[in-house]
Amino acid sequence: MTNTIADIKNPILSIRDLSVAYDKNYAVKNVTLDIKKHAVTAIMGPSGCGKSTMLRALNRMHELYENITTEGQVLLNDVNIFDMPAIKLRRQMGMVFQRPNPFPTMSIYDNVIAGYNLNGIRVKKSQKDEIVERSLQDVALWGEVKDSLLKKGSFLSGGQQQRLCIARALAFNPEVILLDEPTSALDPVATAKIEDLLVKLKENYTIVMVTHNMGQAARISDYSLFLYMGELVEYGKTKNMFTNPKDPRTEQYLTGKFG
Amino acid sequence: MNSDKITKLVLFLVSILILMLTAGMVFSLVGGAIPAFKAFGLQFIYSGEWDPSRGRENYGALPFIVGTLLTSFAALIISFPLSFSTSLFLGEYYKGTRVARILGLLVDLLAGIPSIVYGLWGFYVLRPFLIDLGFGGQGFGIFTASLILAIMIIPYATSLSNEIISMVPNDLKEAAYSLGATRLEVITNVVVPNARSGIVAGYILAFGRALGETMAVTMLIGNTNIVPTGFFQTGNTMASVIANQFGEADGLKLSSLIAIALLLFVITGIVNALGKMIIKKFS
Amino acid sequence: MESINTFLDQDHSARRILKDKLVLAGIIALSLVTISPIILIISKLVVKGYRQISLDFLIKNTPDSYEAITAVANGEIIPGGIANGIVGTLLMVSVASALAIPIGVLTGIYLYENQGKFMANLTRSVSDILQGVPSIVLGLISYLWIVKHVTMGYSALAGSVSMSIMMLPMIVRSTEETLKMIPQTLKEAALALGVPYHKVLLRVMIPTGFSGLLTGILLGISRILGETAPLLLTALGSSIINLDMTKPTSAIPLLIWEFYNDPNMIDLIWSSSLLLMTMILILNIVSKQIIANRR
Repeated sequence: MTNTIADIKNPILSIRDLSVAYDKNYAVKNVTLDIKKHAVTAIMGPSGCGKSTMLRALNRMHELYENITTEGQVLLNDVNIFDMPAIKLRRQMGMVFQRPNPFPTMSIYDNVIAGYNLNGIRVKKSQKDEIVERSLQDVALWGEVKDSLLKKGSFLSGGQQQRLCIARALAFNPEVILLDEPTSALDPVATAKIEDLLVKLKENYTIVMVTHNMGQAARISDYSLFLYMGELVEYGKTKNMFTNPKDPRTEQYLTGKFG
Repeated sequence: MNSDKITKLVLFLVSILILMLTAGMVFSLVGGAIPAFKAFGLQFIYSGEWDPSRGRENYGALPFIVGTLLTSFAALIISFPLSFSTSLFLGEYYKGTRVARILGLLVDLLAGIPSIVYGLWGFYVLRPFLIDLGFGGQGFGIFTASLILAIMIIPYATSLSNEIISMVPNDLKEAAYSLGATRLEVITNVVVPNARSGIVAGYILAFGRALGETMAVTMLIGNTNIVPTGFFQTGNTMASVIANQFGEADGLKLSSLIAIALLLFVITGIVNALGKMIIKKFS
Repeated sequence: MESINTFLDQDHSARRILKDKLVLAGIIALSLVTISPIILIISKLVVKGYRQISLDFLIKNTPDSYEAITAVANGEIIPGGIANGIVGTLLMVSVASALAIPIGVLTGIYLYENQGKFMANLTRSVSDILQGVPSIVLGLISYLWIVKHVTMGYSALAGSVSMSIMMLPMIVRSTEETLKMIPQTLKEAALALGVPYHKVLLRVMIPTGFSGLLTGILLGISRILGETAPLLLTALGSSIINLDMTKPTSAIPLLIWEFYNDPNMIDLIWSSSLLLMTMILILNIVSKQIIANRR
């Protein structure tokens, strides 16, 4: 029996018996684990194993679709996320998607501040400026776009667009940032930039990311979990898992036997 | 010449037919309208006089131009809350569900009801209802005609908006949800801005549709040939004046009606071209 | 960072959720209002019209006013039927279809074969404009062309011509759209076998896209079936069955208009409308079914 809690003290997220089902087919089954604050946790596994499903349950995105149901608990700082309004939870859980998806009708500036505008939060212009600058600086995009803040983001490269999307998530100063294969649509150079960024961001944020790229998980994550057919097979420090996997299935995956 | 070339030639010649047909229509309308424009000049367009008395015939199209624009605009405004809600129902809230399919089918059926049946219903059901509500008089007029027009253009206004709204990419909506937006906030900040030009085009085309509706309007507008000064007054539209003055028309009056048809042709042509242009730019 | 968290303390979640729900309720309510006319109209037609529908209604000509007055005075239903209108409608719609379908389909093929070329774009735009021309204007055109110069008087032919111009753009469009959906490889495969171009069109393309073409045609017919305004200017009407294309002819919508204007006949408007509506409904359902089967 592997220890799936991984002995994390004062976890920011505690997932308990989380199951997610499409209609009646379980895509994630009884996952229990703790996630460390200010660390990068990578969710790995072969495609179709439930990685994205699990990630999307953490900010209750699945509730947008009627046929998806969840069971179990997820505690964010000891509060069950299913006990608060989803719109409140999602502010504390930023999300970045596979494909860069800046809002095409909004300027770069409005994209970054979109969360505030969408939520009807009143902020003074000067404070908005401050938030936009800080967020763009956090993703190392400020220097590249500071002169074209009021233009639409469509002229940006894919990598820049993805960093803009990260900035959009950061603007709310969320507790956790969820990333769903954020570099899968990007070229290697842009990928490397985002990876560097994530390592830097973990000083202030907790990062949970899905990746299909084992190298990426090895490079930037502190903790890794391996999902297989919706079940949590192994969870622990990335270093330990990559050098000394405890479960034969993890070993098979890491050596490229499937996936 | 081989058979392939003949086939291509036949296709080409047949499709030229549509161009010739349309050119012929313009030619005939212009030709028919010339006596009216000769007699009244440009005044025909802005004169509010419509006097068929022998000897001092005087015709101006203004009452009908105003009546047409007024009823069509009013119809657009009245139908907007209904058709836009329906578009959101079909294209966003209940997209892909059985209830949306049934609702969509019923909305499509609205387009299948003939104008004259709308007119009957308006005359025998809507008009008495309006009188009961205390709108006064016989219940005829711009307002009643606009109400029935509003119902008639709903399917045209709905179908394009609904399609465009349902095409707004899911990942944009999810991005907004992930920032904590409610569904309403996603709709107002992401869905509508992204679908805006398609929605506008749909309403322009629906407006074009309203401009040319004839029978239902004829049966409800009251058919008075004066420039309407109020919303609850009777009036006439370009299409309805042609329908109910045509039977007894010849000479200058016929030419004036043809001139009105020409103006209607031009106005609807411009409105439709505008709508199509926006659609083309958008896609 | 503190400053940002104070913004986030502005929590209007409850209010926002309530607003979200209220708007949804409003949208559902307005959507129901939107479809209420169709239900109200059809039920009105059925309730007021069904009593009049009988075999006689379908096979007898319209009664004259005297017969109608007598029947109404005796509390009976008005005798006779609308056979002259039914036959007129079928006649004019058939001729209109015979004119519009070949021209429309061939033009649609031309547009499909010449994507992006100037003449095709022009033809497509003109066809789009034609689709937006009000039917009363088309009636007037047909009056100027056919009534005044060909049949020298109101005629079924004039009615058919105005109807066919109305149908034409719809058929052009649906033909082009249908052909566009057929995989290019199918055409290439046939051409690669050395089949002449016109045979590829007739034996491969049109049969493959047949259901799509048929849907376009049926919807086109369902649109002209209820048209009244252009017929007032062209076919005029007739109290007996007429099969001569050069003579005035009746049609169901024309009869509805006549009944509406004749206080003695008023009882016949609902049954005539019910019949017309039923025909249109059937055409719509059939074409919807064809689309559904194709998927």
